[in-house]
Amino acid sequence: MKYMLMMNTPGGGPYQIASWPAEDLKAHIAFMMGFGKKLSAAGELAGAEGLSGPDQAKLVRAGANGEPITDGVFPESKEFLAGYWIVDVDTPERAYAIAAEASAAPGPGGKPLNMSIEVRQVMTGPPAEWMP
Amino acid sequence: MDAVIPRLDNSAQDRLRDLAPQVLSVLLRRYRDFGGCEDAAQEALIAAATQWPTQGMPDNPKGWLITVATRRLTDQIRSDTARRLREQLVVSLVPADQQIALAADAAGINERDETLDLYFMCCHSALSAASQVALTLRAVGGLTTGEIARAFFVPEATMAQRLTRAKQTIRSAGAAFPELTPSDRAVRLPAVLRVIYLIFNEGYTPSGGDQLYRIDLSSEAIRVARLLSQLLPEDPEVGGLLALILLTDARRAARTGPNGELIPLDEQVRSLWDQRRIAEGRQVLQRALARGATGAYQIQAAVAALHDEASSTHDTDWGQILALYELLLRFEDSPMARLSHAIALAMVDGPAAGLQALDGLAGDPHFATSHRLDAVRAHLLERAGNRDEAIRHYRRAAQRTASTPERNYLLLHAARLNESGSSAAAP
Repeated sequence: MKYMLMMNTPGGGPYQIASWPAEDLKAHIAFMMGFGKKLSAAGELAGAEGLSGPDQAKLVRAGANGEPITDGVFPESKEFLAGYWIVDVDTPERAYAIAAEASAAPGPGGKPLNMSIEVRQVMTGPPAEWMP
Repeated sequence: MDAVIPRLDNSAQDRLRDLAPQVLSVLLRRYRDFGGCEDAAQEALIAAATQWPTQGMPDNPKGWLITVATRRLTDQIRSDTARRLREQLVVSLVPADQQIALAADAAGINERDETLDLYFMCCHSALSAASQVALTLRAVGGLTTGEIARAFFVPEATMAQRLTRAKQTIRSAGAAFPELTPSDRAVRLPAVLRVIYLIFNEGYTPSGGDQLYRIDLSSEAIRVARLLSQLLPEDPEVGGLLALILLTDARRAARTGPNGELIPLDEQVRSLWDQRRIAEGRQVLQRALARGATGAYQIQAAVAALHDEASSTHDTDWGQILALYELLLRFEDSPMARLSHAIALAMVDGPAAGLQALDGLAGDPHFATSHRLDAVRAHLLERAGNRDEAIRHYRRAAQRTASTPERNYLLLHAARLNESGSSAAAP
């Protein structure tokens, strides 16, 4: 079963990591790269993307004629999706364990960030026993 | 041979013998595979020997033989995967009646022109840039749909659909396999060069994703550019493009660190640069420059050559690079050309002059959502000793780039600068 693990940027400003000391930033980047490689090597990684900074994010709605009406820029305190992983695992517990590992990514001073990771199961096609 | 053509009269036999090498050379020009062409020509001769006595000699015996040989060859080609993909695409784009007409028309179009026209077909103006790139990789480069999909990080089904729609677009534009005049080709050549450059750039600096260097796309671009330069050895811009991508690709090994991090030109270990690539690129460039008609690719290749020749950023001939960018602006007054010019100006006349030139670019809509202007401004501010403003612009650029390695580089650079305490000294 697949789960999407969503990492939201903490409130208080876009790209807070921008203000971290270089060594802590380096450690964080190295952790994220290693984390992706490890999941991939374990055969559990189904997909992952990081998103660019929220300062150019727009909310889009269709207008009367279907033309896009955009809204932005957003207050700095708002939480934004920074990126996500999709993992393919046997149990929800395994997805939670992976999410906890991501949550403990090193922050300033090498201390675990313990940020919240939203875990959602990815919908699938009809189960095999329902197939006509 | 006499044994298998007993029912042809002597004059018909002589005619067949005269035609045999001509048919073979036409096939070879078109299909290159000598063994396969020879077999196919032989089978066509046997077919002629058995059919002509009863059905009569066709009006165009040479065309008849080429048509039959081509059909035989098609069967053989199906067993060769790489060739098969290319041929199926071409064949599927050409209506059946035109396929035979094309095969029989041995006099006018030759292999060189047909291959060239394949490039032009793939870069048809009715297609989006992404489709032009995909179709060129498929038809000219011979990559599989799966390989192209992986190179662009999209699902294979998506890429298959993109290719199918590209082919449909070409078909409905009525230009399945164009027979172009030399002047048609000259007009369309810039589109082909642009697509090859796009393929190279997508491999060299992917616009998204984690991987800084995708060897597949860059080497594909070099391969396709080499083939094009064999077809058009006299065209200076084809040579200019090939030289540019060779001279740029030469820095590949020095461009990234062990964790895929980006290393800028002035920090690269230059002994890692590929001297064979540089030598080849310079040779190609010299031949192209000797033919005159200086164009944008040649000029950029000349700039790349100057970087490749220098032992450090300090020793680089920035005066000549500035002069080259001034020349480039006369050919192509693009935002990126003006940005490069501003960087060269800063190296020659100091960061203040460069920053002033950047001010003139600030209103350009091209840079409204791009991180490039901020990144260059940050660099020049750092060199000018304005540390706080430099940090601010590095971080702004980091927020805007869509490349993970580049974002990491910009953030780390800003953090180090922040910790450096004292401002960087202006040169």
